[in-house]
Amino acid sequence: MKKLLLGNEALAQGAIDAGLSGVYAYPGTPSTEITEYIQKSKTAKALNIHSKWSVNEKTAMEAALGMSYAGKRAMTVMKHVGLNVAADVFMNMSVSGINGGLVVVVADDPSMHSSQNEQDSRYYGKFAMIPILEPSNQQEAYTITRHAFDLSEQLGLPVMIRMVTRLSHSRAGVDTLKSEIQNSIHLPKNPYQFQLIPMHARNQYQHLVDIQSDIRENSEKSSFNKLIDGADNSIGIIASGIAYNYLMENFEDNGCPFPILKITQYPLPKRKLKKLYDTCTKILVLEEGYPFIEELLTNFLGENNKVLGKLNGYINRVGELNPDNIAKALGFEAKKEGKVPEVVSGRPPELCVGCAHRDLFEAINKLSEEMGSQQVFGDIGCYALGVLAPYKSINTLIDMGASITMAKGASDAGIHPSIAIIGDSTFTHSGMTGLLDAVIENTPITVIISDNSAIAMTGAQDSSASGRLVDICKGLGVAENHLKIITPLHKNLEKNIGVIRDEINYKGLSVVIAQRPCVQLPKEKKDKLKRLKSVALN
Amino acid sequence: MKTNIILAGVGGQGILTIAAVLDTAALASNLNIKQSEVHGMSQRGGAVQSHVRISDKEIFSDLIPLGKADLIISVEPMELLRYLPFLKKDGYLVTDSNPFENITDYPKLETLYNEIKAHPNHILIDAKKIAKDLGNSRATNIVLIGAASSMLPLSEESLLNAIKSLFERKGERIVKKNIEAFFKGKEIANEFVS
Repeated sequence: MKKLLLGNEALAQGAIDAGLSGVYAYPGTPSTEITEYIQKSKTAKALNIHSKWSVNEKTAMEAALGMSYAGKRAMTVMKHVGLNVAADVFMNMSVSGINGGLVVVVADDPSMHSSQNEQDSRYYGKFAMIPILEPSNQQEAYTITRHAFDLSEQLGLPVMIRMVTRLSHSRAGVDTLKSEIQNSIHLPKNPYQFQLIPMHARNQYQHLVDIQSDIRENSEKSSFNKLIDGADNSIGIIASGIAYNYLMENFEDNGCPFPILKITQYPLPKRKLKKLYDTCTKILVLEEGYPFIEELLTNFLGENNKVLGKLNGYINRVGELNPDNIAKALGFEAKKEGKVPEVVSGRPPELCVGCAHRDLFEAINKLSEEMGSQQVFGDIGCYALGVLAPYKSINTLIDMGASITMAKGASDAGIHPSIAIIGDSTFTHSGMTGLLDAVIENTPITVIISDNSAIAMTGAQDSSASGRLVDICKGLGVAENHLKIITPLHKNLEKNIGVIRDEINYKGLSVVIAQRPCVQLPKEKKDKLKRLKSVALN
Repeated sequence: MKTNIILAGVGGQGILTIAAVLDTAALASNLNIKQSEVHGMSQRGGAVQSHVRISDKEIFSDLIPLGKADLIISVEPMELLRYLPFLKKDGYLVTDSNPFENITDYPKLETLYNEIKAHPNHILIDAKKIAKDLGNSRATNIVLIGAASSMLPLSEESLLNAIKSLFERKGERIVKKNIEAFFKGKEIANEFVS
């Protein structure tokens, strides 16, 4: 019988069946369930596949590259903005190439369901000059992942798989195949391959440029890229990834009358594309994310009116695709019957009842009354909900770790008080280096680490910071008399305000750790944390 | 034959339990299924929905187009109304009547009920009370599946088997309570329709 799997789970099962030896990742919506599936898989456990969370996406990708160096198949998984964090190793490992198959999975979030931007990872794939695979459905997510490892070893390059929210988080029945055995350890044949000093890197980069024609030819011949005939040549349609599903949905059981080029593997297959382009009057480009394919086909001066898509308003530029906006692009009328009654109110997400962040924000808001507002720098996590009513305590949210460094910059500019609020896991992900900057200059900022001992927003995964925060802060050089621990509970409100006020009034760097476990954590985890904490404090 | 169902509720109310029952029953009946869900920030007490599509033919889109849903099952009355643009003209609404009030501008219940009752095919029931009376308030969602069962493209047997297999781990008593909840929901819905 078919297995009922999320797109993310189908991909993970594909990796296990492809002879994966390790997955390295940091949680991030919509990518999280890929790694979680491998963590929970009995098969993966029996095969001793590494699946423990990494501290951030950069450490994850580097560890995956290390496993590839040893000759084994490795995968690294992240959300789109996570690739920004890992961009350094990402751009260089296409120059070094890989040894064991290495697959980079990036899940984009068009419509920003749970993200701060809509960046399209295909640009990164192109930037690094590597193949990109973009499955359109759950079965393809399984099949393509297996293919990705073979392709990676065949070309000697990392291969990117681009997922999007709607495929990541939708289930369907998936057929699986017999699994392959893991690679044994075999070190790189060419000893210079991973030594990217300029004299070796030049050769490696030349090699990367030289094999571009092979990569293109592989795409050209890929059975995943299909040119599907159609009787009506008035429009030729290019549909990549899940855009293909939304297109076909509009023709239900009758089939699409227009020729279609279904794109699942990049770089774009030039011959197939040219055939479609030359034989059709107009070209409609349907792609999730940025107008990546469309920009290649239109000319810069805008004299080419043949291509229709996001650049000329046929499709919405912002937000994700769905069957309805594609219906509109095809000239069909929407079948909308009812409307949302006026009485229906919006229901934005909110912090859980009993959440420790709530008590922290209450204290911050009381302090803002006496110390001025708009001076609280926030970060990525559940506590970002502190931007919204009823708290409205946080004034910025940019990227992982930016609370501390932005607070520092604002303080350097002369703002006081300047307060950073960062979660425990975000702190170990990207906050520690910024804190060191502030330690070095003894910058008068107060860093509040809201420590709920979990990566809460993505489902309360284990935090690398658990039981280690005090030691980390001390180790970075935070003065012990300005390193305070509070318990954010309503009954402690006045006491906590006092502690934070004292540290704000101190004209140097201070850190307040607001410590109370996430309410979503199961009891046994909370008990384990209590033991960790008492060790850290002694 | 394709059936499109929207499941609605608030993050944490467990609409994915309903989805899991439908998915399991459909897969065991050799039908194709696609079921989308919401993860991440929105699931923290915000409006959440799941699109469930069941068909004997290939299903393309993971999302249901506007005006194509045969049925909306909601565990909360205001959340039901949020998805009306997806409902077919002759589609059905099945909902629990208990509000989840975590916002300051929650509308008057009577206004909500009137909006629901204005729709010709609606089943508005106190599923929570029914489940509670059976001694398992967590079975509210299963009461709603029972209430919607006659509109589903799935046999009663396949739905019951799905419930059994999903709750098996929790012991025989919980399985029994959930099956009772299913039949109670079905019974009340019948009264409602007639």
